[in-house]
Amino acid sequence: MKMLHETRLMFIRNMQHTLRNPVFIFVSMFQPLLYLLLFMPLLNGLGGVPGLPSGKTVEVFIPGLLVMQALFGSAFVGFSLIDDIRTGVIERFLVTPVKRSAILLGRVLRDAVVLLMQCILITLVAIPFGLSVNVGGFLLSLLLYALIGVTMASISYGFALIYKIEDPLAPTLNTITLPVSLLSGIILPLALAPIWLQDLAKINPFSYAVDAVRALFVGNFQNVEIVEGFAIISALAILLFLWGLRSLKKMAS
Amino acid sequence: MVEDFVIETKGLRRNFISKERGGKKVVEAVKGIDLTVRRGEIFGFLGPNGAGKSTTQKMLSTLLQPTGGEAKVLGYDLVKQQEQIRQNVGCVSQTGGADLASTGLENLVLQAQLYGLNISTAKKYAAEFVERFQMSSFIERPASSYSGGQKRRLDVALGMIQHPRLLLLDEPTSGLDPQSRAYLWEQIKNLKAEGVTIFLTTQYMDEADKLCDTIAIIDNGKIIVTGTPGELKSNVGGDMIVFGFPSEEITRNAETLLTKIRPESIQTKNNLVYLYTQNGERVMPDLLRFLDAKNLEVQSIMSSKPSLDDVFLKYTGRSLREDDGRR
Repeated sequence: MKMLHETRLMFIRNMQHTLRNPVFIFVSMFQPLLYLLLFMPLLNGLGGVPGLPSGKTVEVFIPGLLVMQALFGSAFVGFSLIDDIRTGVIERFLVTPVKRSAILLGRVLRDAVVLLMQCILITLVAIPFGLSVNVGGFLLSLLLYALIGVTMASISYGFALIYKIEDPLAPTLNTITLPVSLLSGIILPLALAPIWLQDLAKINPFSYAVDAVRALFVGNFQNVEIVEGFAIISALAILLFLWGLRSLKKMAS
Repeated sequence: MVEDFVIETKGLRRNFISKERGGKKVVEAVKGIDLTVRRGEIFGFLGPNGAGKSTTQKMLSTLLQPTGGEAKVLGYDLVKQQEQIRQNVGCVSQTGGADLASTGLENLVLQAQLYGLNISTAKKYAAEFVERFQMSSFIERPASSYSGGQKRRLDVALGMIQHPRLLLLDEPTSGLDPQSRAYLWEQIKNLKAEGVTIFLTTQYMDEADKLCDTIAIIDNGKIIVTGTPGELKSNVGGDMIVFGFPSEEITRNAETLLTKIRPESIQTKNNLVYLYTQNGERVMPDLLRFLDAKNLEVQSIMSSKPSLDDVFLKYTGRSLREDDGRR
């Protein structure tokens, strides 16, 4: 009960910060929108290659694009935390009896909500480009995007709490997000990849997420990849949230 | 434990591991300190930058785990009863910690809620502090627009929004203009009058001297002396009298003669003779008459009480002022 109340307080505080400059919600949608406008048309011509059925390129590309948004959009939230560390805000929270987990959860939930707003907007923009989506599958996929967002935000906060300065944060996060997104088959399907690359992708948890959301978008609910994706990403989200929490507790130790 | 001690530490220690070229090095920031802070007093924790003041305050507010030793704060064990300490101890850190993008009022209400107060009580407490620290003219603006003094007032209000019995203040007046400083001193005295115990960390001697009932001087992670400001200063060896003479020759003669009657405590520099003595104001006329009788022309005369800087000088061989920016 206490935990829930405190998480709500922290969530509202963080959401207020986001809504003070709502334009940034749209700014960080710029990259996926560019992919949608300037890259997706290239794929239409490729339709028919393995993993990219002709006439279905939009249905394959958009769910992956949203995974990319979840990866990159949530990865850099740690910068806001560094600001709060520097100005002493985090310390001011830590001297109160507030649960440490509420401090972090209030943040990652805010990030997840912002991400979901972006995912819905991008999907709406994609409809005129020929996207047809299973509504139930789409709604379920939102949960998976949120979990990816929680995972990436936790990583970002974890490193922010360890470094406490901006300089090493961006390179660290890029080093993580770039390979995991390349090894997810977001831009081009992994079915096109040589075997060694496909094998490498199998150790990337986010490639399972991409498979899962692609199945969800077309309403292929029997696909076992959906369960796999949810199981793997849920476990990852919990694990990394706990790691981030450890970093927060370590800051005050 | 005696009920009247609000803070009691025994051998409290804190080490940091610093990574340097050639491996890790253990830095002993606080090397085992014993403190007793009495209920209702203003306890001054005085020392230069890097002496271990903030580290100690962070341990007392549960932000840092001690490496060793033990401590009780408000009767609660520092390690085992952190929750109770956090609930009951107010704390203002050096950086303050106001959320600059939010208004002062939003800051205050949230902070009160974090102490478990419901929204209406939180608003009531916030309003109380707005009134008390005269913040109504700016409290609904974002904190980023505040002057140094205004922000400091908000910081202090944030640190004690839950009405703690003990308030830890880490260099509350550093970087403030004289007016804001005086205002804050006034407020700190008012808090004491209301029965709040205050642990005041400072590097300013005048601040410690004016406000504090007890002072502990810390240097290099160790407490070098504790006492009331009066006790500390009388330890130094009394008052200082300075005679100024018109020429070097007269100065030398005066020094020789004065040394005969007060051999133990005399120094000469630039035609000035410094004399340390108890009861300076009573001795001064006698000395003046003595010099007059010897036909030595005195150009100027000054008597001063010892300062805490003299105390610091006596125990460490360094001046507290010279130490600024040592680390």
